[in-house]
Amino acid sequence: MKDEKEKSLLKQPLVEVQDLKVHFPIRKGILSRSGGMVFAVDGVSFTLNEGETLGIVGESGCGKTTTALAVLDLIRPTAGKVFFEESDMARMSPSELRKLRREMQLIFQDPYSSLNPTMTLNQILNEPMRIHRVYPRNERAGRIAYLLEKVGLTPEQGRRFPHELSGGQRQRVGIARALALNPKLIIGDEPVSALDVSIQAQIINLLIELQQEFRLSYLIISHDLTVVEYICDRIAVMYLGRMVEMAPYGDLYRDPKHPYSEALISAIPVADPRLKRKTPMLRGDVPSPIRPPAGCHFHPRCPKRISGCDVHSPQLKDIGGGHWVACHLV
Amino acid sequence: MGNTLTIPDSPSPLLHLNRVKTYFYTVEGTAKAVDDVSFSLNKGETIGLVGESGCGKSVTALSIMRLVKDPPGKIVSGAILFNGTDLLQISSGRMKSIRGKRIAMIFQEPMTSLNPVYTVGDQISEMFVTHENLGKKESWERAVGMIEKVQIPAPEKRAREYPHQLSGGMRQRAMIAMALACKPEILIADEPTTALDVTVQAQIIELMLQLREEFGTAIILISHDLGIIAETVERIVVMYAGKVVEEGPTLSVFDAPKHPYTKGLFKSRPKIGERSEYGRRRLLEIQGAVPNLFQLPGGCPFHPRCVAAVEICRGSAPELISTHDNQKVRCHLANP
Repeated sequence: MKDEKEKSLLKQPLVEVQDLKVHFPIRKGILSRSGGMVFAVDGVSFTLNEGETLGIVGESGCGKTTTALAVLDLIRPTAGKVFFEESDMARMSPSELRKLRREMQLIFQDPYSSLNPTMTLNQILNEPMRIHRVYPRNERAGRIAYLLEKVGLTPEQGRRFPHELSGGQRQRVGIARALALNPKLIIGDEPVSALDVSIQAQIINLLIELQQEFRLSYLIISHDLTVVEYICDRIAVMYLGRMVEMAPYGDLYRDPKHPYSEALISAIPVADPRLKRKTPMLRGDVPSPIRPPAGCHFHPRCPKRISGCDVHSPQLKDIGGGHWVACHLV
Repeated sequence: MGNTLTIPDSPSPLLHLNRVKTYFYTVEGTAKAVDDVSFSLNKGETIGLVGESGCGKSVTALSIMRLVKDPPGKIVSGAILFNGTDLLQISSGRMKSIRGKRIAMIFQEPMTSLNPVYTVGDQISEMFVTHENLGKKESWERAVGMIEKVQIPAPEKRAREYPHQLSGGMRQRAMIAMALACKPEILIADEPTTALDVTVQAQIIELMLQLREEFGTAIILISHDLGIIAETVERIVVMYAGKVVEEGPTLSVFDAPKHPYTKGLFKSRPKIGERSEYGRRRLLEIQGAVPNLFQLPGGCPFHPRCVAAVEICRGSAPELISTHDNQKVRCHLANP
């Protein structure tokens, strides 16, 4: 509890996202006539502080991965701004952006498809340093050995190829590669979802240790609400391109304010056979972000909707204690 | 809901696997995917097959259905008694009349198990045409009835649609409709909700539980998700490296897991609310990786990862023993 207080005193924003929108046109036919828009991210704002872990949760199509890719400038936003250490990424020159990329690294869900099968681990870990021309060439081998040890592998394993490793070991390589340039921010897109339960714990423990050692900031994208609660300091819930709630981890699970967050949390199966199964609160599937419902995007499935929810979009409001909710009922 | 205790191995179980071995013969060697697996399922009971990738839980299910691809797979020995008849001894024609009608199965990815070129209604009707010799019109009507039963809105309209026109959740509902069409005695569900979003998953589990009550179907639920297992099944069978390592009533296994692997599995997942209450505790790790079936360690296959391993664990493979409290465990260190 105490270290969390200290953390909040030293709040220094690392990433600031303001009213981010990412819309993709749907092209139809050979003449590329526009067939409408996918509103993947539709007005998302948040701040990630230094040394903090922010989680973004939501179901498929909610825009969580697109948000992360926009923060990394791998997708250009349709509207809105992303600031990294208070500089606007849209105003940066290509060379400034290139420099900035060292500071932000990505860990992928599937460690196998994100490692080049024809390269040894040494080569894989050398790539980022070679491309960004950091660390003198004669120091790189030493740094690779150091990185391998940091993620729980041995320098001898550096001569191996990805296929010779287990899934958990491959994810360790992905993490070592993300650390190679000594970044400030690591974005993990479902970093443990593809791993077996017994291996997930190893990787989660490793991520937490590395964060403390290197004072990393994490942005964790996941659909696994149990893992997110354990890793993250604050959690944002997204639904159809919008943020519906953001709160410190404990508050969100203890007292979710948005009906969608409440439904999402109550749907998590609990590994305790003595607890009675909860009746599902929601019916039907997540609607498509192509034609999201008017007003509050959640209103057609919301068990608590009132008149007006289908017309007016609720704004994200601060209800105190770092808890933000976008709902007309709050 | 669900957790009433039944006595395992009652005199005549609905399904009994007796020392089943299913091996895969490949250029890399022989993989003993299912290695001497025995367990039973009683009438109307729900059991959970738990384990990580490669532990043999899906191959066990495919062996029961006699759907193991041969070659490279082969059910080498053992017996699978269904109402006393050994499914491994009957003709493939007779197996066809059981498969789908009396023992049905649903899979993780409904899109790949539905035929994309037939309407959903046609595919469900086929169950009635094939297994109950009904006419086309009556089969169609019964199919629409099943679609309604699995709570797909506008069943008449949906019956005329193709799988790609349905959402993931609806496709899984359609699969359940097809599986339950002939009121099977056993439903095998292999990770039925793993590909679905959590709010949709909750609805599908709810639906399966409702239909279990209505049809009295016994269910073998295969899952890696201990939450789903805790919420739905009466008895748990834990598998590791092709073998059953623990078995018992859900409550007992959760309260007092006996095998070090089961213990580790339960402790390696965070629990919601624990961090707010006690602060973040380091998660318990099971060291190493899930073993490769081609290079299984000697002795107990879990010993290289086991925190409790002693000399005997390296030398000899333990047998599955029954304990005094109605559980079974395969560990040298467990007390009977």
